[in-house]
Amino acid sequence: MTTQSASKIDFSKVDEIIQSYGAKKSNLIAILQKVQETFRYLPEDAMIYIGTKIDGLSPATVYGVATFYAQFSLEPKGKYEIKVCDGTACHVRGSMPVLNAIKARLNIKSGQLTTDDGLFSLETVSCLGACGLAPVVVINEKVYPQMTSDAVKLILDTIFQEEA
Amino acid sequence: MTENKKTLFIDDKEVEFTNEPNVLEVIRKAGLNVPTFCYRPDLTQYGSCRMCVVEIEGRGIQSSCTMPPEAGLKIHLNTEKTRRIRKTVLELLLANHDRECTTCDKSGHCELQKYCEEYGIRDIKFPTLQKEDFLPLDTSNPSIIRDPNKCILCGACVRACTEFQGHSILGFANRGSKTLVQPMAGRDFSKTDCIYCGQCQAVCPTGALTIVSDVDNVWKDITNKDKKVVAQIAPSIRVALGEMFGLEPGENTIGLITAALRKIGFDLVFDTNFAADLTIMEEANEFIERLKSGENLPIFTSCCPAWVKYIEQSRPKFLKNLSTCKSPLSMLSPVLKELLPKYFEGYTKENLSVVSIMPCTAKKIEINRCQLGTCGVQYTDFVLTTQELGRMIKEAGIDFKNLPPETADSPFGQYSGAGTIFGASGGVAEAAARTAYEVVTGKELKDVDIVQFRGTSDRSKTIELDLNGTKVTVRVVSTILEAEKALREIESGTANFQMLEVMACPGGCINGGGQPYSYNDTTIKAKRAAGLYKEDKGLPVRKSHENPDIKKLYAEFLKEPGSHKAHELLHTTYEDLFKGSYRDLK
Ligand code: SF4
Ligand code: SF4
Ligand code: SF4
Ligand code: FES
Ligand code: FES
Repeated sequence: MTTQSASKIDFSKVDEIIQSYGAKKSNLIAILQKVQETFRYLPEDAMIYIGTKIDGLSPATVYGVATFYAQFSLEPKGKYEIKVCDGTACHVRGSMPVLNAIKARLNIKSGQLTTDDGLFSLETVSCLGACGLAPVVVINEKVYPQMTSDAVKLILDTIFQEEA
Repeated sequence: MTENKKTLFIDDKEVEFTNEPNVLEVIRKAGLNVPTFCYRPDLTQYGSCRMCVVEIEGRGIQSSCTMPPEAGLKIHLNTEKTRRIRKTVLELLLANHDRECTTCDKSGHCELQKYCEEYGIRDIKFPTLQKEDFLPLDTSNPSIIRDPNKCILCGACVRACTEFQGHSILGFANRGSKTLVQPMAGRDFSKTDCIYCGQCQAVCPTGALTIVSDVDNVWKDITNKDKKVVAQIAPSIRVALGEMFGLEPGENTIGLITAALRKIGFDLVFDTNFAADLTIMEEANEFIERLKSGENLPIFTSCCPAWVKYIEQSRPKFLKNLSTCKSPLSMLSPVLKELLPKYFEGYTKENLSVVSIMPCTAKKIEINRCQLGTCGVQYTDFVLTTQELGRMIKEAGIDFKNLPPETADSPFGQYSGAGTIFGASGGVAEAAARTAYEVVTGKELKDVDIVQFRGTSDRSKTIELDLNGTKVTVRVVSTILEAEKALREIESGTANFQMLEVMACPGGCINGGGQPYSYNDTTIKAKRAAGLYKEDKGLPVRKSHENPDIKKLYAEFLKEPGSHKAHELLHTTYEDLFKGSYRDLK
């Protein structure tokens, strides 16, 4: 029998995080947040590990919490995290064509989160509270207002050039 | 304690209540009923399905399973509102359900099917789940099948695994319309630490969790002219199978089962109770040896395969504590394969098919354990659960209740009362104590009933015995949750017991994962156990070492307990399976 996934992570880091918060069920969310910050996502093995180290939890229950809250990601995020707002205002002002332009430029399929080279991850989010600037795209915390398909392609081209 | 009696009103009838945890229990105690999905009396209340709604004057609609009873409440079970809510619940569930009832393993026992029938659901006002959207089934193991397309998210399985086994192999995942109940990250059971006790399956109201059926495989051998097919019947089957044919729980039907098996076409029928006696001969001897040497104590019983798997994969440091005795099932099968060809003409090791009738879903895994045989010789060919046998009897069109009772074949037909009580938690330890007492003290045990071992509601008991000056303490637990507590006592040095009996199912095998469904009746366990103790009391021989067939087997073949031959056939080894398990991450 093997229950583990192929990717290897450094469990001493996970251990440190568990110890720093205390191995208690009530600290789970804080522990998961820190693990996500450290690894840029929640690796499956880290969730199993936490599930077996804290009494009253199990791998399945940790996974349950990780998939309940939108803040957690089970896939590695890209170096550039792109968020396209699809709140009502942004949607009406054309966020979907912008999203499709990004997908085409990054060659990313529907349902896929991160590009194969790990450079970009792409997701849609609900209203960012900047409706006056709609449609809005956020790349690593930087807000790009009033996006169009052409404008977003230019921004991505610049990043590609920097990374080349 | 004086019971403080109060009253409330159900449909205008005054009803007394005392310490019932919720209104639902008061309703059921009064002989009335409301439908439920997520409520299971042995588990914590979850209150999510809304099937159990009642209308309470001045309080409106309430879930009866989560509402504590109060004096003076005026409760109405069937109002227009409650009916409408229940119908909507049913329609919403059906909309997200694979409604292939005719081919579903739970058909006839499914509570969703039953209530849809009772509430006359004929069409569904919501968009329904389409075949293209079906999720794949988990058929990764020989024991349990998971069909996510039949899950109604009642969470009963999650609570059973957590509250019985401390395991939580299953859990909720995602949120909203994407919510699922599944093992971690949607894995197959075979890629988790599941011990296959089947308790999740036993509480599941629908076909989302079911037992892998070996019925067709057994029919195939039975209809094969070249095969000799023999059966062995575990202790706890006799007091449960009758329930599938309208008999009372606890009613001993061993004679009817034997007759039914012969009618189905089994060539010979044996009783696993005989092998339970054999297990006691070996295990009591092993226990006495360990007491003398002081090594590998406390000794752990080893007849529950779910428990054995737990030790192997999660607690391998305790492997040396496990008794090396095989389970009764796995002792009898090699004896049958080795000896039947000597006693009966036309029987060879190769043409013999041994079918074991068990209360247990984990036994389906046990028989594939390499250590049980010379790897390659399959000693037990198939395990049928009580439920599967019940179905075969129905399929064969046998009028079970009215069969003339028959007795098992000999040799190995006789058994003692000690063998019978194996089926209830505490039974193995009591049976071992009866034999150990006489072996150690050389005196006759006058009072055979050591009642401190008994009882199905208490999942952890400590019993002290006085073997003529030698004080022995035995811990009897059911559920892995309680077993793990005992292991931690050993680790911390506070354990005071020399023997630990563990059954993974609450109450023992009488409540095994393969027994007939008893979703909401908590009295069934005790009734089945009482049936076993009743048989024990009525038997002429009540100690394993006095069973004449056992004496004969030792005299003619095995010599003495713990002999070389006995070790070859009746003992086993264990494997450290920690590598690759959930806990093996460093
Ligand atoms: S078979 Fe037992 S251990 Fe496995 S998921 Fe079900 S309840 Fe849990
Ligand atoms: S698998 Fe069965 S018991 Fe578990 S949540 Fe689904 S319907 Fe309920
Ligand atoms: S207690 Fe009995 S029925 Fe339950 S898993 Fe163990 S052997 Fe099987
Ligand atoms: S809808 Fe996009 S910022 Fe509000
Ligand atoms: S809410 Fe009461 S049975 Fe489900």
